[in-house]
Parts: sequence; structure tokens; C-alpha cells
Amino acid sequence: MEIAAARGRSIMDKTFFMPRQASTMAAAVDDVYYFVYWLSVFFFALIVGLMIFFVIRYRRRSPDDVTPKITHSYALEAFWSIIPLFLIILIFAWGFKVYLQLRVVPANAFEIHVTALKWQWQFTYPDGTVTIGELGVPVGRPVKLLMNSQDVIHSFYVPDMRVKQDVVPNRYTVAWFEATEVGDHRIYCAEYCGDGHSQMYGWVKVMPPDVFNDWVAAGGIEAGNLPPVEYGKLLFEKKTCIVCHSVDGTGNKQCPDLLGVFGHEVTLTDGSTVMADENYLRRSMMEPNADVVQGYRAEMPSFAGLLKDDQTTALIEYIKSLGASE
Amino acid sequence: MSTATLPGPIPHDHDVGRINYLHSHRGVMSWVYTLDHKRIGIMYLAAVTASFLVGGVMALLIRAELIDPQLTMLPSNKVYNQLFTLHGAIMVFLFIIPSIPAALGNFFLPIMLGAKDVAFPRLNLASFYIYVVGAIFAVISIVLGSVDTGWTFYTPYSVDTQTSVVMMTMGAFILGFSSIFTGLNFIVTVHKLRAPGLTWFRMPLFVWALYATSIIQVLATPVLGITLLLLAIERVAHVGIFDPLMGGDPVLFQHFFWFYSHPAVYIMIVPGMGIISEIIPTFARKPIFGYRFIAFSSIAIALIGFLVWGHHMFTSGQSEIAVMIFSALTFLVSIPSAIKVFNWTATLYRGSIDLKTPMLYALSFIFLFTIGGLTGLFLGALATDIHLHDTYFIVAHFHYVMVGGTVMAFMGGLHYWWPKMTGRMYPELLGQITCGIVFLGFNMTFFTQFILGSQGMPRRYATYDEQFQPLHAFSSVGALVLGVGFAITTAYLLWSLWKGAKAPRNPWGSLSLEWQIETPPIHQNFLETPVIEGMPYDYGVETGGGH
Repeated sequence: MEIAAARGRSIMDKTFFMPRQASTMAAAVDDVYYFVYWLSVFFFALIVGLMIFFVIRYRRRSPDDVTPKITHSYALEAFWSIIPLFLIILIFAWGFKVYLQLRVVPANAFEIHVTALKWQWQFTYPDGTVTIGELGVPVGRPVKLLMNSQDVIHSFYVPDMRVKQDVVPNRYTVAWFEATEVGDHRIYCAEYCGDGHSQMYGWVKVMPPDVFNDWVAAGGIEAGNLPPVEYGKLLFEKKTCIVCHSVDGTGNKQCPDLLGVFGHEVTLTDGSTVMADENYLRRSMMEPNADVVQGYRAEMPSFAGLLKDDQTTALIEYIKSLGASE
Repeated sequence: MSTATLPGPIPHDHDVGRINYLHSHRGVMSWVYTLDHKRIGIMYLAAVTASFLVGGVMALLIRAELIDPQLTMLPSNKVYNQLFTLHGAIMVFLFIIPSIPAALGNFFLPIMLGAKDVAFPRLNLASFYIYVVGAIFAVISIVLGSVDTGWTFYTPYSVDTQTSVVMMTMGAFILGFSSIFTGLNFIVTVHKLRAPGLTWFRMPLFVWALYATSIIQVLATPVLGITLLLLAIERVAHVGIFDPLMGGDPVLFQHFFWFYSHPAVYIMIVPGMGIISEIIPTFARKPIFGYRFIAFSSIAIALIGFLVWGHHMFTSGQSEIAVMIFSALTFLVSIPSAIKVFNWTATLYRGSIDLKTPMLYALSFIFLFTIGGLTGLFLGALATDIHLHDTYFIVAHFHYVMVGGTVMAFMGGLHYWWPKMTGRMYPELLGQITCGIVFLGFNMTFFTQFILGSQGMPRRYATYDEQFQPLHAFSSVGALVLGVGFAITTAYLLWSLWKGAKAPRNPWGSLSLEWQIETPPIHQNFLETPVIEGMPYDYGVETGGGH
């Protein structure tokens, strides 16, 4: 949520109904949306308008009001069955046409593998670079996402791109989009997946092609000259540790609270205890299910291969700093 | 006139059949063992209303938490997830599915047919107790570690979670039998127990609607039972059916689940449409416009409704061909509903419209169901569904149909038949004002959610991005208004049982059969079998000028 606060956009940036259009397909989708919208406004006004008019015009004036015996009119009823039929055929055909464009991936698309797991998005680039929660893409080039889940069903959703596709275990699903403007766009998980569902978000980071190439080459993250503790704090958010671990002593998330954990004994599920030192923290990231803390489930994914050595060190330094000021 | 009025002699004390059904037998045990469809209907009414209030309190807790983007009131995301799961499961399985058929339908279906009771009174009582057992399972599951899967129980999450999925699915499994038994009973009753002269095309449209609903209940509910059983077997015996870790297919569960649960939304809405078709002719003093179109549209909905389940799965990864076919069929099912709305509106033309509380709810139904139906077009259209699926747009659409539709119809029917069922009048002015409060609160709560969903707010989120806060907060205020409306309704209806004016036989001047008998009805409904000579909506006088 700190991420959201720092980078969230104001509601004023948006059109009233749909989010901003940041992909080549967004305008085509919105055309269907607004066609159905105005059609609905028309029929709603017609039906409710007539209803209100009749209620006022034909309100009961006396208990002895006499009314005409009008039972049916097959011509009229056929008329208002057939007119909607033509309209729904039109909406169906239009919606299907745009849907096919959403489904057919252009041949020159840049391919990125997406792995969904509780509760983070991992993106693997052709050169082996892996990022978590941040999908860097070049502007003006179609991007194909080949997606798979490691556990339950998730759904990859970027409102600004009008893209949504379920991500299923034991099966690949595909989505694509072509970003049209440089900037950051929210990724949500749209299929309910448990405790961290509402924090399983990320960003599509759209960059000019040359900046994108440099970004991938640098491993998808800019450390700058941050001191280890602050770099660790940044990584703690970027690598989505913050989704499952609280750091304020409340322990209200699905994994152990890390406030003051360093330098203290930790009780494991088998009843034994272990000292939470640097090596324990490192092992907890690389082989998280080897020593599970009592009262918690073995459900943390391994970060082996996803963190460079200096990043691991920075994270440990950050966790050490959490109890230090108390 | 449809039927002669049936005055009958003053009841003799020694003949319980002639005494009003509330007094024909005395003591608690006379209710526990009753085979009287009217008493069973009343017991269902009490049970579904209690479920509605419990589910409603959960909805208020959910909306209270969502006033703020961060988790503030509830202890953890898990508790939030358990709350929305229980809200959905209770509202769907314990309230809305049995609400109109099992409560109001049980009471009025036999009377509208001119029958003494349903075809199988013992099966009727059994279905009520099966409902109670199912509800007990649901309560046990809450105590054991409440389910957090959403009411849809999607695999593999539901195989994986530590909460008491088996208990809850067993509850839903058992409730399914209650639903099947009621449906079976109604089908046989409609076929075999119609009074002399009551041909199919003289039946009240509420009966047509219940008949269509019963067909769906009998044909679709077993699929849900089998699916939930497979899920329980998978969790308990670790047989790989849906869980990919054991070689199963998680998307298969979605197909099975929606094969029942899409027809089930018609189980929920079609009886409501039947009530609207009763209320509007009475309070407009006009024959229902296009009786046959409305009757056949209920059957058409029941049949086409079986072929559209895949529209819940447009983003699931099913083939583009399947997606196309389901989209086309989905649009097709919108036509019968549109016909009904046009016909109800046409019925008002040149009527004598009396805005009593039931009529206000019926007009609210037309207003809200029209929005619910039209927003379905956005979801049937593939291009827009991809964006709107699993967002608040779905939540809003669903509630416009289920609350704006079914609950408004239920409220309308409850007020309409309250005098007949209880022998007491509800306070009219208070009823009209409260209907306004409910209508306002409902639109504040859920219209906002169409905007939220269009902007990309996903559903089932315990926390959310700050940009959505103003709309979420507004929606929560609306929920409070809605809650106040329902609280007032509960209070004045209970008050009326005790202090309400005594109800006359036919306070609305209706021509249909249930209003021609004693208020409250006598134990055996009719002193002698009525003979039906015409339509139940024979209002108005022939003008000679054609239609």
C-alpha cells in the first residue's frame, strides 16, 4: 500500500467510466463499451420514462375507475421481440470481432514468461532476467505473455491495457498487448487466490525501447547509491516480501512478523529452536520451507535465483535494522 | 370474473378443516409435524428471513471495512475473505434460492391451483427439515474455521485451503436435496391438482414461473450435488479430479459448477418475475398484457438458461470457438426477459394505477431489473467482458438482478400477500416510505459499483488502491441506508402481527383465486373445490374497439 500511495494516480486522471487508454486495443474495446452504454441509456429512458408517464397519467383517481380490457397484441409483441434481436446480433458480432483481435498475437511480439504464485508475479525475460511485480515493456511493440501458475488459479489484469487472462496451473495461457504511452500501469490479480489476493499487484513499466534494453540488462532494478538498509527496504517492497510479512509487530499477515526477529531464538514447527542470525535469514529466503516457524504454513516461494548476492545482503541488513531502534 | 367468490358457512369447531390454518391445530408440536403447505411456507419464511438478516449483517461488515483502502476494522485479510464467502453462500443457498418458491410459493401455489395442498405433503415437510439440516452444516463449518473460498468454491484453491470446505460443501449438497424435493413436488402438483376448468393457459403467471423454476431445480441441482461431492472426495481421499498436483483439471470444476449455478440464477429470478406478473395487473386493474408471451418466456429462460454457463469463463482459457458460442447463446437468453419488461410496462397503459407498497416494489423491480438486464449486455459482449470480468461491475450487475430483481419482488410479494398470510395489514404509509429508503440505498450502494468496476477495481479485495476510495465510501453509506430500510421493514412487519389492523378478505380488489378465500385461509383452503371459468386477470371492460 505504500507503493500505491507513492505511485497511485488520482481519480481525476480518469474518464468517468473507463480507465485511461494505454494500449492499441483499448480504444476498440471502449467503442464497444460506449455503444452498449448509449444503447442501454436509450432503452432505460424509454422503459422507465414510459413507466413513470403511465403511473402519473393513469393514476387511480377513484376506487370505481373503469379500465379497458386490453389483453395482448401479437403484432406489437413480435415487434419488440425482433428489434432487440437485431440489436443483440450486432453487439455480439462487434464484441466477437474485437475479442478476436485481443486473442490473436501479432507475429513480431516480444515474448515474456509470466509465473503467478501466492502472492506475486514473476516475469522472466529471454536473457534470463527475472523481475518480481514489475513488468518492464518497450513502448510501441507488441508483448506476448506466456503464463503459468505454480499453485492456484490467478488472473493477470491490467485495466489500462484492457487485458485480462486467467493463469492456470499445469497449462499455459496467453495474453498480449502493445503499450502506447510511457508510464506505469497497475497489474491486479483478478481471480481470488487467498489471503494475499488484494495485495498481489504489480506494475507494467512502459519504457522507450532503448531505456527498456538497458533496464533488462541491469536486471530490472536500479539500486543507485542507496545504503544497504534503504536498498533492502526498497527490495522488501519490490520483491513483494511486504505482501506476506508485517514489520510493525502486529503479525496480522500470513507469514511471521519480522520486527525484532534478528538475534532472537525462533521456535520451528518441530518444536526445536534456532537462532535468527544472518545465515538463518539467508536460508529462509533460499530454502524457505526447510525451517518453518511454529504456527505458520510452509507456503513461501524460494527466492533462489531471483535475488543477487548484494540484494540478499541488503534485505538482511534491512531486517536487522527492524529491531535495532527498539 | 374469474371465479365465483366462495363465502361458505361459518366454520364448526369440530371440523378443523374449516378453521383458519393458524388456529386449526394448537401447540408447538402442531407446527413441528404439520403437513399443511401454508404452515410449512410460514416456517420457510421465518428461516429464509433469518438467513437474509444474517447475510445482511455480513454485507454491512464488508462494506464497513471497505470505507478505508487499508485493513482497519477486521483483524486480517482472511477474516474479510471468510466474511464475503459466508455472505455469498448464505444469501445464495440459504436465502435467495428457497426464498420465493419455498416460502411464498409453498403458501400460494396450491391455493392458486384450487387445491387443498401440494401433491406430496410429507415430502414438503421433509424438504423443510433437510433445509434445516443443511443450514446446521453451514453453521458448523463457520465454527470449525469458516470457509474462505468464495461461494463459488473454485479449485484448486478450495482443495488447498485449510478452512472447513468439506462441511460447507456438504451443507450446500444437503440444501440441494431440499431444493430438488420442492421442485419435484411443485411439478407434480401443477400437473395433477389443478381445479376443474383451470387449463394451462388460465394458470396465474406466478404458477407458470414456479413451474419453470421447478424444472430447473430438478434438472440442474443434481449436477451441483455431484460436483461438490467430487470436491469433498478429492479433499478427503486425495483422488485427483480437479487439483493439478494430483493430475486433475481445475477448469473442469468451473464447467461443472456453472452448469448448475448459471441455471440457478434463473431459479432465483424467475419466481420474482412471477410475483411482478401478479402485482401489476392487480394494482393497475388491467389484464396482464401478453399473457402467453410472458408464460412462454419463463419456459424459454429455463431452457436456454442451461446453455450459457460458459459465459462465466470467458477469461478462463477455454477455446475461442466455445467462447463465441456461449456469447451468442447468452445474448439469446436476454430476449425473453426483455419481452417480460415490455409487457409489464404495456400493462400499465390506460390502467388505474394504485401506488400501494407492493406496487411500488414492483415498479422498483422494473426500474432496477432493466438496469441489471442492460448491464448484462456489456458482459455478454466479449470485448468488454474481458475488461469487466471479476471486477465490481460483475458485483453490481449481479446485485441489480438478485437484489434489485429478486429481493424487490420478494418484498413486493411479502407485502402483497401479508394480509392473506397473517390476517393483518402492514402500516401502508410506513411501507411506502420504507420502499423509497430501500430503493435509494440500493442504488447508492450498487450503481457506484458499476463505475468502480469499469475503472478496473477487482472484486474480492480486502484492501484496494486509494484512487477508488471516494466511490467505495459512497457505496458503504448506501449500504447503511439499505440496511436501515430492511431493519424498518422487519420491525413494522413484526409489529403488524401484534397490532396491525385486521385484514379484509380482498384488500386490493384482486380477481385471482387466493383473494377470494377466507383471510387467513382455512386449513383446507376451500370448502368445496372451486370451478375456474376464466383468466385470473380479467380486469376491465370490453371497449369493443379491439386492442
